[in-house]
Amino acid sequence: MEKLIEVRWHGRGGQGAVTASKLLATSALAEDMYIQAFPEYGPERMGAPIQAFTRISKTPIKIHCHVANPSIVVVLDPTLLGVVDVTDGLTEDGVLIVNTDETPAQIREKLKLKGRKVYTVDASKIAQETLGRPLPNTPLIGALIKATGLLSLESVLADIEDKFKGKFSSKIVEGNLEAIKRAYQEVKGE
Amino acid sequence: MSKKITALTGNEAVAYAIKQINPDVMAAYPITPQTALVQKFSEYVADGLVDTEFITVESEHSAMSACVGAAAAGGRVMTATSANGLALMFEIVYIAASNRLPIVMSVVNRALSAPINIHCDHSDTMGARDSGWIQLYSENAQEAYDNTIQAIRIAEHMEVRLPVMVMQDGFITSHGIDCVEFIDDEKVTKFIGKYQPRYPLLDVNHPVTYGPLDLYDYYFEHKRQQAEAIKKSQKVVVEVGNEFKQISGREYGLFEEYHLSDAERAIVALSSTAGTAKQVVDELRAKGEKVGLLKLRLFRPFPYQEIIQALSHLKAIAILDRSDSFGGFGGPLFTEIRSALLESEKIPQNVNYIYGLGGRDINQVDITSIYADLENIVKKGKVEERIKYLGVRE
Repeated sequence: MEKLIEVRWHGRGGQGAVTASKLLATSALAEDMYIQAFPEYGPERMGAPIQAFTRISKTPIKIHCHVANPSIVVVLDPTLLGVVDVTDGLTEDGVLIVNTDETPAQIREKLKLKGRKVYTVDASKIAQETLGRPLPNTPLIGALIKATGLLSLESVLADIEDKFKGKFSSKIVEGNLEAIKRAYQEVKGE
Repeated sequence: MSKKITALTGNEAVAYAIKQINPDVMAAYPITPQTALVQKFSEYVADGLVDTEFITVESEHSAMSACVGAAAAGGRVMTATSANGLALMFEIVYIAASNRLPIVMSVVNRALSAPINIHCDHSDTMGARDSGWIQLYSENAQEAYDNTIQAIRIAEHMEVRLPVMVMQDGFITSHGIDCVEFIDDEKVTKFIGKYQPRYPLLDVNHPVTYGPLDLYDYYFEHKRQQAEAIKKSQKVVVEVGNEFKQISGREYGLFEEYHLSDAERAIVALSSTAGTAKQVVDELRAKGEKVGLLKLRLFRPFPYQEIIQALSHLKAIAILDRSDSFGGFGGPLFTEIRSALLESEKIPQNVNYIYGLGGRDINQVDITSIYADLENIVKKGKVEERIKYLGVRE
């Protein structure tokens, strides 16, 4: 792993982008890495475009500025493509992960994106089938770790189970774990 | 990395410190501009995890008034606020210090209105810099937690007996999740010790009056004593920091010197910006540039002698202010440091940057540009523009 990984999450208020940014951070912490997670605070409203960020590093993180050049961008809502410049500042060898039923090639074409790696997964469908609600955030964590190799699936599942089991019913916990596993398997890249 | 490290916001970290301190009274305004810090603490109250009398008041003016009353009565008292909340408290902030009440207040530094803004700058606490409170600034959530615990000891020290405000940067630190290592409850309890009130109102066998009429016959003498008391607190801040290292392994002094002793150019900054500057120092040092940083922790009392010692060998210094002093000659930090440097035999070239108002981001590129500016100043041997505004559209 390179020195500092910066992740930017694009979602709409209510889709769980902020939660995803925190969950990824705490899963990385469980793997003994240093972390930061923070949302972009503005006039948050349900449905409005929002951003959240995660930093992960093997050494303590000193910086406290905004994330300008993420190496990983995750888009929770495909309707943001074309509305928000989701690849803004994405590093040359960066990874874009989009929740969509389209293929990576279609997304690349739509964004006229050169270089980088594009991954897609239908996280909303997976969430609908495993959780009964189209909440794409946890499955996208599964897609992210598969696409980037940042963390191991086992440790993420263990950490999220640990975090969720005191708060939610076993059905919701199981549903989330299943969603992460399915997205991990179903994510496609090019 | 130790397994004891948890992922928390600065607000959660300080709320946890307050839980461990378990004050007798916490009086706070529960609505914006208050932060989630007090909300988190109220959960500890609701869950019966603290013995604190938690008073939710109708305004910050009342919050500090309740703190003054409770502290005069003999309680260990804490509160928290932010931005306009501190501004509304202002009258009673002075009364707390002048009555020598060792209240500890957590302040999330945020911009003042107008226009309405919820993000970080230091205008709120810089406005209170002459109120007689000791001021500790924190770089990150860990320091906010550690400073809160140390503040109790500093405030309650028998030679100090003054209120302390502990700052963290709004949103950047207060709402961002960071790595925090807690100290065990027993160690914190032992470290802060049992509170020994002096002249408590509730000691009915020794009746006293707080804050009576005090005109030109004695007011000035009392102010003079107050000036002496806050000066003495500087030594206590260092002593408490040394003792704190024994239970935490973490070092705290008046300020932190980062690659400063052999540097030629340096930045002076408060709070989270210092962290970003450290990263830039690392990168420039890797290229062989002699750059350094002084991160000031204690702004009041202002440790001018130690600062002169730490800075006078430099060729050029950039002093970063996250607040403006409208109509003044530079920001508050600049004014203090430049004034202190006049005591030095050798005065480094110095320049002031007002930055980051209302949460405007300051990143590594900005800080790198400051070190480059300093290089030019060193080459030219003079400062062309003394007070600069960084990262603003003009």
